[in-house]
Amino acid sequence: MNDTTFLGMPAFPSAAKSALDNAQLRRNLAHATDTIRGKRAHAVGELDDWEELREAGRAIKERTLRHLDRYLIQVEERVTAAGGHVHWARDAEEARRIVIDLVQATGEREVVKVKSMATQEIGLNEALADAGISAYETDLAELIVQLGQDHPSHILVPAIHRNRAEIRDIFVRAMGDYGTAAPAGLSDDPHALAEAARRHLREKFLRAKVAVSGANFLVAETGTAVVVESEGNGRMCLTLPDTLISVVGIEKVVPTWRDLEVFLQLLPRSSTGERMNPYTSTWTGTAADDGPSTFHLVLLDAGRTDTLADPIGRQALNCIRCSACLNVCPVYERAGGHAYGSVYPGPIGAILTPQLRGTTSAVDRSLPYASTLCGACYEVCPVKINIPEVLVHLRARVVDDSRRRRIPTPEKLAMSAARWVLSHPSRLAAVQRAGSAAGRLAGRRGRISRLPGPLSAWTETRDAPAPPTETFRAWWRRNR
Amino acid sequence: MNARDDVLARVRRALADVPDDERPQDVPVDRRYSAGGTPPAGPPDLVQLLAERLTDYGASVRPVTSDEVAAAVAQAVSARGAHSVVVPRGFPPQWQAALAAERVLTDEPRLPVEQLDRIGGVVTTVATAIAATGTLVLDCGPGQGRRALTLVPDYHLCVVRAEQIVASVPEALARLAPVRPLTFISGPSATSDIELDRVEGVHGPRTLQVLVISDPPNPLGTPLES
Repeated sequence: MNDTTFLGMPAFPSAAKSALDNAQLRRNLAHATDTIRGKRAHAVGELDDWEELREAGRAIKERTLRHLDRYLIQVEERVTAAGGHVHWARDAEEARRIVIDLVQATGEREVVKVKSMATQEIGLNEALADAGISAYETDLAELIVQLGQDHPSHILVPAIHRNRAEIRDIFVRAMGDYGTAAPAGLSDDPHALAEAARRHLREKFLRAKVAVSGANFLVAETGTAVVVESEGNGRMCLTLPDTLISVVGIEKVVPTWRDLEVFLQLLPRSSTGERMNPYTSTWTGTAADDGPSTFHLVLLDAGRTDTLADPIGRQALNCIRCSACLNVCPVYERAGGHAYGSVYPGPIGAILTPQLRGTTSAVDRSLPYASTLCGACYEVCPVKINIPEVLVHLRARVVDDSRRRRIPTPEKLAMSAARWVLSHPSRLAAVQRAGSAAGRLAGRRGRISRLPGPLSAWTETRDAPAPPTETFRAWWRRNR
Repeated sequence: MNARDDVLARVRRALADVPDDERPQDVPVDRRYSAGGTPPAGPPDLVQLLAERLTDYGASVRPVTSDEVAAAVAQAVSARGAHSVVVPRGFPPQWQAALAAERVLTDEPRLPVEQLDRIGGVVTTVATAIAATGTLVLDCGPGQGRRALTLVPDYHLCVVRAEQIVASVPEALARLAPVRPLTFISGPSATSDIELDRVEGVHGPRTLQVLVISDPPNPLGTPLES
């Protein structure tokens, strides 16, 4: 299990059910996703060549993944030649160990962090805390999550489940515990909240000696790392400290510098719905007289090679973490991100998490079903990940897994019974006669709202139609 | 086996379906997307587009002629009320001629970060600018300084020459050298983290002003001296 933050999460249906009871959460999500959907549509509509860009993005990712070994070696060569140090981590545990050792080697006890899905995924902050190192999240939404001792619920905006009033309360309550307190009389105006975050974090930026980041892209040809951000917290972390440690999934590689011309158009428009995000930083190893003098790149596997091994499932590694699929997903909009039990929620999470972690836990087995297969996610995906295709593929894998299990599930028993019934006409006729007799007794207004025994799983979330009072065979005999 | 060899071996095992003789270029990448962006080429249009797009994201933009740059720089700094500004090495002397000398700091020797935090602002040039996205790109070249200079102060005044403006992201990347640390700036710092609505002004400079030097076409068809 790579993920530590969500350990012991219940399966998606039960987690979603409790989330649906939270009216505030649903209001916050509906408001935020509605806003961003409109912005994205506008930003994408400005480009005549959007479909061509999507196709190029997909193709570049396919080329990269099919030759990933050679590109990883190239990254290592170029980063090393540019003065950086490259480390390889087979799994989350190894990556955490590498980062802790690197921080401890500097003698520092605190690090500033740029928002990074990879470090969230490996539970780095908790591991650093256990090693006596304070990790300060500097992205505004990550700060809200950290101060609120909460879990992220969205890839781009981890605190999307919080509205401005809740954020104000968290700032007032917790900022003082970590450093500069929130100003007296803080309002819930977003400008005032942003100002409070600026004041709170500035002292940390100015004194930080070590920063930990991820990267949106790693260019194999040049060894260049890229961080795309908005607030300037990324620039602070990438520029001011002496030591920079970047933890990057091996799928983040792109072959050439030119390839960025595609992704730097696709990502901001898909993500925040902007023509370009306020700040993008690129760096190649270390530079004389500018920025950190020591740069460590930690290349992370942690289930990515397992994902790569599945020719259908591997397209999930195309993901550039824009979160457009979350914002259009009717299931995500109602259930929220926490129900997915992973730092990767929404449609992409439903196909990525079970592949990265395997389908051994209840929540991971349930994720491929956390979708209506409406296909909206595929339509907006800037790198054309066919999410419905992978969902169906993973459902088949989950079913195949359960076939190998000894204790049959109610579903499996029902399927065996159905096979016995449907394989002979006289059995079917007998069952239909029994069914219409039951229908005359049980059906009220043509619906059954509670089925007995294991069948109750079906009627927990929906009504079952009552069987007709007369079977088709009987009607046919009467009217022939 | 060490982690490096192990990960690489796993990658190769995972790619068992890829034919041994397949080369990366055998996986086609169709680059039919536009390399030149939406707007037609030509400096006057690009200046307008850059100005419009920068303004849209909260920067203020003022078109000036070559003759007006020095006065416009001094005026902007005064209007800002900046007691001092840092002007990196390589910034054209004629553009800072009207700035009061006692207000100007160079970054030599390097200013400590605490001082940068108190300074009134920074005045720089750019490496290139992208009209379609309203983006300024800094590559730490002459007149731009190290990255911290345009990050820690709360005010950034940036001077762009019209011929530095390209239409699109692809054109800009083709002009830039990845070996240098690059910063792409599209408006002042901002966040969408509160209810996914954009709020300008977080950690980077909260005020971004841009002077775009665009001289009227010379009727004689030869470049004007600046």
